[in-house]
Amino acid sequence: MSGPSGGVKGSPADGVPSGPFSGVPGDLPGGADGASGGGRGGAVAGRLPWMLVLPAVVGMVFLTLPLAGLLLRAPWSTLLERLGEPQVLEALRLSLVSATMATLVCLLFGVPLAWLLARVAFPGRRLVRALVTVPLVLPPVVGGVALLLVLGRRGLVGQWLDSTFGITLPFTTAGVVVAETFVAMPFLVISVEGALRAADLRLEEAAATLGASRWVIFRRVTLPLIVPGIIAGAVLCWARALGEFGATITFAGNFPGQTQTMPLAVYLALETEPEAAIVLSLVLLAVSVIILAGLRDRWVSGP
Amino acid sequence: MTLDAHLVVTRPRFRLDIELEIAAGQVVALLGPNGAGKTTALRALAGLTALSGGRILLDGQALHPLPSEHRPIGMVFQDYLLFPHLSVLDNVAFGPRCRGASRAVARRGAAAWLERVGLAEYAAAKPRQLSGGQAQRVALARALAAGPRLLLLDEPLAALDAHTRLEIRSRLRRHLADFEGATVLVTHDPLDAMVLADQLVVIENGAVVQRGAPAEIARRPRTDYVARLVGLNLYRGLAGGRQISVGEVRFSVAEHLEGPVFVAFRPASVALYRTRPDGTPRNLWEATIEGIERHGDNVRIHLEGPITASADVTPAAVADLDLTPGQRIWASVKATETHAYPS
Repeated sequence: MSGPSGGVKGSPADGVPSGPFSGVPGDLPGGADGASGGGRGGAVAGRLPWMLVLPAVVGMVFLTLPLAGLLLRAPWSTLLERLGEPQVLEALRLSLVSATMATLVCLLFGVPLAWLLARVAFPGRRLVRALVTVPLVLPPVVGGVALLLVLGRRGLVGQWLDSTFGITLPFTTAGVVVAETFVAMPFLVISVEGALRAADLRLEEAAATLGASRWVIFRRVTLPLIVPGIIAGAVLCWARALGEFGATITFAGNFPGQTQTMPLAVYLALETEPEAAIVLSLVLLAVSVIILAGLRDRWVSGP
Repeated sequence: MTLDAHLVVTRPRFRLDIELEIAAGQVVALLGPNGAGKTTALRALAGLTALSGGRILLDGQALHPLPSEHRPIGMVFQDYLLFPHLSVLDNVAFGPRCRGASRAVARRGAAAWLERVGLAEYAAAKPRQLSGGQAQRVALARALAAGPRLLLLDEPLAALDAHTRLEIRSRLRRHLADFEGATVLVTHDPLDAMVLADQLVVIENGAVVQRGAPAEIARRPRTDYVARLVGLNLYRGLAGGRQISVGEVRFSVAEHLEGPVFVAFRPASVALYRTRPDGTPRNLWEATIEGIERHGDNVRIHLEGPITASADVTPAAVADLDLTPGQRIWASVKATETHAYPS
């Protein structure tokens, strides 16, 4: 919104208007104030280099134009009506429930995992950390295939689950949660581990001298200190689970009401009724923007 | 209650090896330059740094095999390390809670401790709302609330400004007098050590170089570091009767000694002359002025020559003698103002 003129923010704050591309502090009365006050922009004044500005603008347009297109082509007149369709509501409900479940599972296992990686020096820790983050870079479809091989009805673990407990995961809602957890957990682990590494270890030492065991230290000192990191990680994790497509469709399939989440519904609707796809996409866009707004302070202004 | 410890911590290029004995109610200050191993010794006592060898016995009970949380200790850290998410009251109640007190009992005890350190009205405050001096008092209350038998203080006054320091030092002194267990205080400030401790243990490069009562150490320093701390000029010399040679300078002293000795005298005992004074050549040497700086109400002159010395003179004397760096000058010290003792 501020466009290229944002580059002259550092010019003197005297309120002297200067052209958008000439951040030279004017030799006006009060120039002394400007020199002592905000000389940052004035020191490296001059024309903004087009070799940087031009690609920056192209990049910005490329990132924002598709979203604008989504808003422009949305069937605003029939929006509410389409949102009320049972299939849309069903997909939305399933998405929210499974993403939330997946986030809870990630918290349950991911926070202890992050603690282990950050606080306990065990042999092979670097390898474990690398393996844990593999799903971050792995194509989700590959993740889905791998899950099928392990947890599928004839998979390594799935076979045993089926014969012993009668549990089958693939092509069920539980399977959706499993697929989303697999893809989203690294986001939580990385975020929480970062928070743990940033937390002051000496506070934990102080707690130890006061008689706290490692479990008490974790519960009463460490955990409260890293709550912001856990929240940030959980939100990222939830957003990733909500948008999960590849692993879900591979491992859990595409059954309306059971495993058909929003992204799957969008893809399917695109072939039959594009307007419905746009409406569904708008909903996902709205959710993303809300999440971004909630996280903005944390990510943009830094911890 | 007594502490009997032999602390050995080996690291690449550093070895700490010291013995400590502290009687019940006694305060021992570990004094030493940065990197001497004071804090390592304290962390070893607390169980935060593993011992490579030696032992820690408290009333005959071996502490060294126990993890920190099972040692009957209280520790005050240099920057206090109060838990930022807990109220002042819950910070103080933390220790008793961990050692098995119920929430209500722990809080009652914590409130009593806050009363004792004069911060009862801050019970509900968060640590970030406290001043440095208040945080120090809360840290002390937190360390004492769980009823430790060994109190460890790591530079407890270092983070305070000069004015607060004075007040907190006298408060700390009162609390230490009430404490029945053994106390180890780590500091690099000789004044803190002199005021707070019954015994000083001076550490340099991981080993004890001198130990004794503060007055004794102030009178008879045995290393340059200690001499600087207590503000004395210190030399090693060879005595024969009442004569001591320190390099080419000869001192007459009051004590009758033989063999290797230390000679110490105060910078204020040094007299400076522009020309060679008449009389005996003893206790007299020619020096070059290396530097001149303010020192309290006086001026401190750093002298190089056959021996390195500091001399404190009045600003008037500096003007009279017209002292400038690089100048040659005669320095002398009276025999009655020197103090010699066997090394």
